[in-house]
Amino acid sequence: MSERKYGPDSLQENVGVLKSRMGTFYPGSHVIFRGHDLHRDLKDMDWMALYVFGITGRRFSEQQLRLLHALWTYTSYPDVRLWNNRVAALAGSARSTGTLGMAAALAVSEASIYGGGNYTRAVRFLVFAREHVAAGGDLAECVHQELKRNRSMAGYGRPLVNGDERNPHILALAEELELDQGVYLRMALEIEQILLASRMRIKMNYVGLSAALVADMSFSPREFYLFAFPAFLAGMPPGFIEASERTEGTLYPLACDDVLYEGESCRPWLKSGNDVPI
Amino acid sequence: MSNSEKTAAIRTRIWREEPEADNPFATRAAYCRGFDVYGEMLGNARWVEMLYLLFREQAPSPAQADLLEALAVALANPGPRDASVHAAMCGGVCGSTAASTLMAALAVGAGNLSGGREVYLAMQGWGECGTDVAAWRNRRERLALGMDTIWPEPEHPPGFDPHGVSTATHVKQTLSCLAGLSEGIYLVWLQQNLPELESIVGCPLALSGVAAAAFADLGFSPDQGEMLHLLLRLPGAAAHALEQKPLGYKNFPFGTVELENEEQP
Repeated sequence: MSERKYGPDSLQENVGVLKSRMGTFYPGSHVIFRGHDLHRDLKDMDWMALYVFGITGRRFSEQQLRLLHALWTYTSYPDVRLWNNRVAALAGSARSTGTLGMAAALAVSEASIYGGGNYTRAVRFLVFAREHVAAGGDLAECVHQELKRNRSMAGYGRPLVNGDERNPHILALAEELELDQGVYLRMALEIEQILLASRMRIKMNYVGLSAALVADMSFSPREFYLFAFPAFLAGMPPGFIEASERTEGTLYPLACDDVLYEGESCRPWLKSGNDVPI
Repeated sequence: MSNSEKTAAIRTRIWREEPEADNPFATRAAYCRGFDVYGEMLGNARWVEMLYLLFREQAPSPAQADLLEALAVALANPGPRDASVHAAMCGGVCGSTAASTLMAALAVGAGNLSGGREVYLAMQGWGECGTDVAAWRNRRERLALGMDTIWPEPEHPPGFDPHGVSTATHVKQTLSCLAGLSEGIYLVWLQQNLPELESIVGCPLALSGVAAAAFADLGFSPDQGEMLHLLLRLPGAAAHALEQKPLGYKNFPFGTVELENEEQP
């Protein structure tokens, strides 16, 4: 990455010029994707392989791609109670478009108690902890410091329950694919033992396990974050479709009395600059 | 079953609706913070009074309403050169849905450069440093440290223009107008100490910095200021997107790409 330059001269240098090392398309001719002809060199590439190639610039083995697929598949829950899925379903119920509903649903998946907000934190901590241990530090001390700093541990614990039904299946597949011996995975499991022995008694969740597995594939925090972006997508269309097929407005209807008001009592409105009620 | 027994109920301090006698889902009366919206506020309340009331427990004073309204005018249109409006026009020019053009403007206008996140961070600065120049100097150094969030690390001091040379006239005009209307302490202090602050951070004040000080003067939290900044910049995005629609993509910049060599990992 070139050095960053600021000021009007820097802006002027870029007026009307688009420089890219990632690619372009030549209308009616061909497309270059990270230095390769999309329709010639990459035409047989699996979509996941292309997606992670676009993010990382690297190629991954068949086993790694199977595991990456599984990380998406195993978290595709068609349950509209889940807050992000509910956005897609409400869009269906309110007769919006599917794209708007699912794009908004994916955007809200960048939450702090689940999803996007934890991806980068989880990988960053694993990388930091590995460096700390490699320098002779103690992993448990590192974990406790992180807990003290953030009052939570990205990749451990869960909003609704302690424990994660996805993890045994992911671990089983990782073992089958012989991708369960990475240094980050072993460290993540060790962290879980430290946390289970602590006052918090929290277990590793899907993000913690995914972060360890992709860190063992040399994903950076940002690469993991971008890889994980569509992770919940497959669970969203079913809810949108079902809500679209029901009578409009019948998903989560709320009567006036279903709203529990806890605010100020009735009071008169005083017109601007006036002390007298209207 | 009474309200308090309903575990599935939405809890709010903002809004209460009374149902029509014949339909529990139809509104007979709606109250915002206790004020009758359709019975008393409508026709008597200004838009900015309603806006303020939604975010705060009390209605604004006339001076607060004037300040918020002036700020809303200043923020209403970032103009077609702004990245968030550009994003909205990309939707408009190709006939994308209205909502998607606003979503595009929100997404691009959410970040650390002129966006909602910049206002959030700048408002945190008012909370941390207040009117203490030394504290602002120390914050400048602390901001360079890594931040453990989904947001990219700030590449410039929040509220200031990394590409600026001197304080732009429209920024000075906005600061002057808003400081004159404000009952708070931050806008006036910012105006009085601007040269020193700009010297500390190394670049001139941006409109987002004025907005952050105004939101702080109005008593909004950083979360509220971020949200309001996103909201108040949407009118221009909407108007420019609609304007581009009939002009079409052939009259909208497309450009050519100069390919550089991909670095092999």
